[in-house]
Amino acid sequence: MSSLVTYIESLGAYCVTALEQTGRTFNMLVQVVWELLHPPYRLYPIVRQMYFIGARSLTLIIVSGITIGMVLGLQFYNILQRFGSVELLGAGVALGVIRELGPVMTALMVVGRAGSSITAELGIMRITEQVDALECMAISPDKFLIAPKVVAGLLSVPLLTMVFDFVALFGGYFVGVHMFGVAEGSYWNGMIDAVQWQDVRIGLIKSFVFGVLVTLICCSRGFYMHLTKAGSQGAEGVSSATTDAVVLSSIAVLFSDFLIGALA
Amino acid sequence: MTGNTQTDTAITIRNLVVDYGPRRILNDINLDIPSGQIMVIMGQSGAGKSTLLRCILGLKKPTSGSIHMLGTDIATASQKEIYKARKQIGVAFQGGALFSSMTVGENIELPLREHTNLDEKTIQIMSRIKLDMVNMLDAEHLMVAELSGGMAKRAALARAIIMDPKLLFFDEPSAGLDPSTAAELDQLIITLKISLGMTIVVVTHELDSIFKIADHIAVMKDGNIVETGTPQQISASTNPEIQGLLNRKPRETIVDTDAHLRRLTGGF
Ligand SMILES: Nc1ncnc2c1ncn2[C@@H]1O[C@H](COP(=O)(O)OP(=O)(O)OP(=O)(O)O)[C@@H](O)[C@H]1O
Ligand SMILES: [Mg+2]
Repeated sequence: MSSLVTYIESLGAYCVTALEQTGRTFNMLVQVVWELLHPPYRLYPIVRQMYFIGARSLTLIIVSGITIGMVLGLQFYNILQRFGSVELLGAGVALGVIRELGPVMTALMVVGRAGSSITAELGIMRITEQVDALECMAISPDKFLIAPKVVAGLLSVPLLTMVFDFVALFGGYFVGVHMFGVAEGSYWNGMIDAVQWQDVRIGLIKSFVFGVLVTLICCSRGFYMHLTKAGSQGAEGVSSATTDAVVLSSIAVLFSDFLIGALA
Repeated sequence: MTGNTQTDTAITIRNLVVDYGPRRILNDINLDIPSGQIMVIMGQSGAGKSTLLRCILGLKKPTSGSIHMLGTDIATASQKEIYKARKQIGVAFQGGALFSSMTVGENIELPLREHTNLDEKTIQIMSRIKLDMVNMLDAEHLMVAELSGGMAKRAALARAIIMDPKLLFFDEPSAGLDPSTAAELDQLIITLKISLGMTIVVVTHELDSIFKIADHIAVMKDGNIVETGTPQQISASTNPEIQGLLNRKPRETIVDTDAHLRRLTGGF
């Protein structure tokens, strides 16, 4: 009986914490939008963060893009061959990549590569009083630290997604046309016929949402570290906050992928 | 603490109570910090000195009480008012708190870049003047990770005074510094008071520097201020706690040996 009570208690405590964290993350979004609407407007910090996020993830995105494209080409070829319609290969690869895999895989790569280091950076700044120092200089951390990262996420993830899509289509092309001898014209033409503006649009919407979601969750996990249990654990706290941020933003990406897919 | 001194107090703290979760850290603090002078806050490790500083800076909301500084009650002020007050203060943190992604020079230039429209050349010259004041001109292009503890402290001081603030807060300026650098820093603090008329609040343990720089001393113990006064008054105090701090005597010996032994062994 008492173990049941403890269980319910801990479940309740968990829900409260989760709610608090969601609230803080949302609050951070509001703050960021507020700061972005007010001068001074600065471009350079955003460019710097985009370089940071983009440069960190680009190689990974290209390699995984080609690989995923090749895997898709292989899978679709095997299936389509059974129905004798290999000329649909281009369409299959393109739709899969542009609507689903491009945005999702890119976002997950950014989580692992840039998201984790965002959390670690902000967490360390928090425990070494760098955030406090910033506030004492009357410099808003939301404007100085968070906003450039979120905007950079908003812009970089779609750009990286485009890179991913582009190389993935060539990965599929390589497997389909060069390994299995699908006619080159039918691969590209099938793709152009099948892909419509709304497919591109949904991929874009997803990647914008993922970009904001991922940077926001990672920022809030690091920035508000002192308010969580990890806050009193020093360096270990930073590492657990980083792990949490990666897990949480990956789940957020997958779940919102489903939501957007269902709603659109 | 009466009306006639009110005009020259820079900071007035009344009935300040601060909790971290269930633990009471500061317990009904009352303190007047006179303007244009150096106030030293001393006390045992863990007495709550840094916490008091964090409250004055608006980094920690007190449970109750008031902190009047620069025309605002920091304890109840909005974020906007606190930011306005902060433009006139400089803070050097206990650990330095320099931004590790920047060089020393960039750290010091940051407030100028954010709050003024000065051109690049002027910003650089101003930051070099402050670096020179703390004897760190050679370190301008070093990254923060390349600094020693004492260098980081001095760089933090340079950053704190870059905007020529009205109020300067300094947590443990001389801890971990060699005697001659510590003496230089003391001299610098006095110079800042005299030439720029800054009100300076210093938290420190170093007795030598306390008696060299302090105009007023507040002694803290377990979240209370046990005594305030001029250096003469404090050194003449008969309070055993203060004598202990001043004469570097260990804390009172444990009276109840049995109870202490039980505590160490967990009650066996
Ligand atoms: N973030 C925090 N959460 C919980 N307790 C804290 C926190 N920061 C400080 N404390 C507690 O508050 C008390 C006072 O700490 P504070 O840092 O103000 O001491 P101090 O006087 O500055 O000591 P020192 O001379 O060692 O710097 C300590 O008992 C400490 O455990
Ligand atoms: Mg301290």
